[in-house]
Amino acid sequence: MKPPPFDYSRPSSVDEALSVLASLGADAKVLAGGQSLVPLLSMRLAAPHHLVDINRLASLAYVRSDADAVRVGAIARHADVEADAEAARVQPLLRRALRLVAHPTIRNRGTTVGSLAHADPAAEMPAVLSVLGGTVRLAATAGTREVAAADFFAGPLESALRPGELAVEAVFPAAPPRSGSAVEEVARRHGDYAVCGVCAVVTLDDDRHIASVRAGYVSVAPTPLVLDLSDAVRGRAYDAALDAVRDAVDVEPEADIHATADYRRHLAGVLTVRAVQAAARDAAAREAAA
Amino acid sequence: MSEHEIRLTVNGVAHDVRVPARRLLSDCLRHDLGLTGTHVGCEHGVCGACTVLLDGRPVRSCLLLAVAAEGHEITTVEGLASDEQLSPVQQAFQDCHGLQCGFCTPGFLTTITAGLRANPGPTEAEAREMVAGNLCRCTGYQNIVAAVLRAADLTRSCNSGPPDAAEGCTIGEGTGAS
Repeated sequence: MKPPPFDYSRPSSVDEALSVLASLGADAKVLAGGQSLVPLLSMRLAAPHHLVDINRLASLAYVRSDADAVRVGAIARHADVEADAEAARVQPLLRRALRLVAHPTIRNRGTTVGSLAHADPAAEMPAVLSVLGGTVRLAATAGTREVAAADFFAGPLESALRPGELAVEAVFPAAPPRSGSAVEEVARRHGDYAVCGVCAVVTLDDDRHIASVRAGYVSVAPTPLVLDLSDAVRGRAYDAALDAVRDAVDVEPEADIHATADYRRHLAGVLTVRAVQAAARDAAAREAAA
Repeated sequence: MSEHEIRLTVNGVAHDVRVPARRLLSDCLRHDLGLTGTHVGCEHGVCGACTVLLDGRPVRSCLLLAVAAEGHEITTVEGLASDEQLSPVQQAFQDCHGLQCGFCTPGFLTTITAGLRANPGPTEAEAREMVAGNLCRCTGYQNIVAAVLRAADLTRSCNSGPPDAAEGCTIGEGTGAS
């Protein structure tokens, strides 16, 4: 349970980090919070030649919120994002989901952008970014590019990050007016990875009927699956809409030691209904408070 | 494999040490610095026994490279008491029988020390949540939860009473003590 040998560098500026990453190419692995990477090293599931520690890049420790989005820099800790009052106001789903990420001690060190770059389909943050239609900003010596969540997550622990690139920022779009969100998940133990999780975002129409539903899934597919369930709710009364939502959750999860595929499919349906109910209540409450 | 000369500040004391890049902070504390109070259980971040405070916040020392801890204030369980005086959290563990074999205890003590600083008056549910990331195989947690609440009481009475009024009046800051 000790990491294999590697070389280590700790750049003190973003430019220096990008040039180190450019020179090392595929031999390098970025170390941010390390709460997923260090266990992978200790279990010898990963053996990079070189770790590039970005924890000294203080310019990337920010959480910035405006009317459009919450922008999270590469070394902002989960705990910092969770505690940020403006971020919770602009996009309430962030704090709700972050409270389910492991334990507070892990969130003190783990980073939100690192969790995205790790691209674990059993993690909450990739599902949150996906259901919100957010983006990740990737920097390299040649320039930066914005990648939409739908294109960023390529497979289990695989992202669109290329050798030499650093994920510098995640952009979580603001919650629009008349919208609400919720997250529901089932885990074997408190703080464990979810057997199944659902992040739901709903919007209400003028009559406070549910007008649209998007659901993002944790531990259901190789990448964070997003379903648009709006057709199921359109024109239906509330209770009928919930029944239709449950029927519309068409997922093909895999079985593993924690759950059968059937059980996961069942959870996906039940948790989607619960999340949509909670999100609709949230939308009504935000509307009433506005 | 790169080796690094680093200076670690542990419980207020600076230590110069040469470590390979792959040295975990937990191993560095125990093997290189001889601070064996920090216990190593699962070595992949699940059990919480190795929890130390990094700039006052609890972190898993088995998920941190020693070289990456340079420049931060580290507090281990050895830094909670001052001289012969137990910290309120330590005193509460003794009072409430919050430990049996003691293996997990250092991680609980550090976690609760920071937890009570963030939330000095936890409810029982909040006390339970505070220790939810730490595993104990002996106690069944009831006495640990009781110890969190007792430690909160002890800390309050220390802070409100005269300095020499009660036992266990050292707030477990550790760093900067020497």
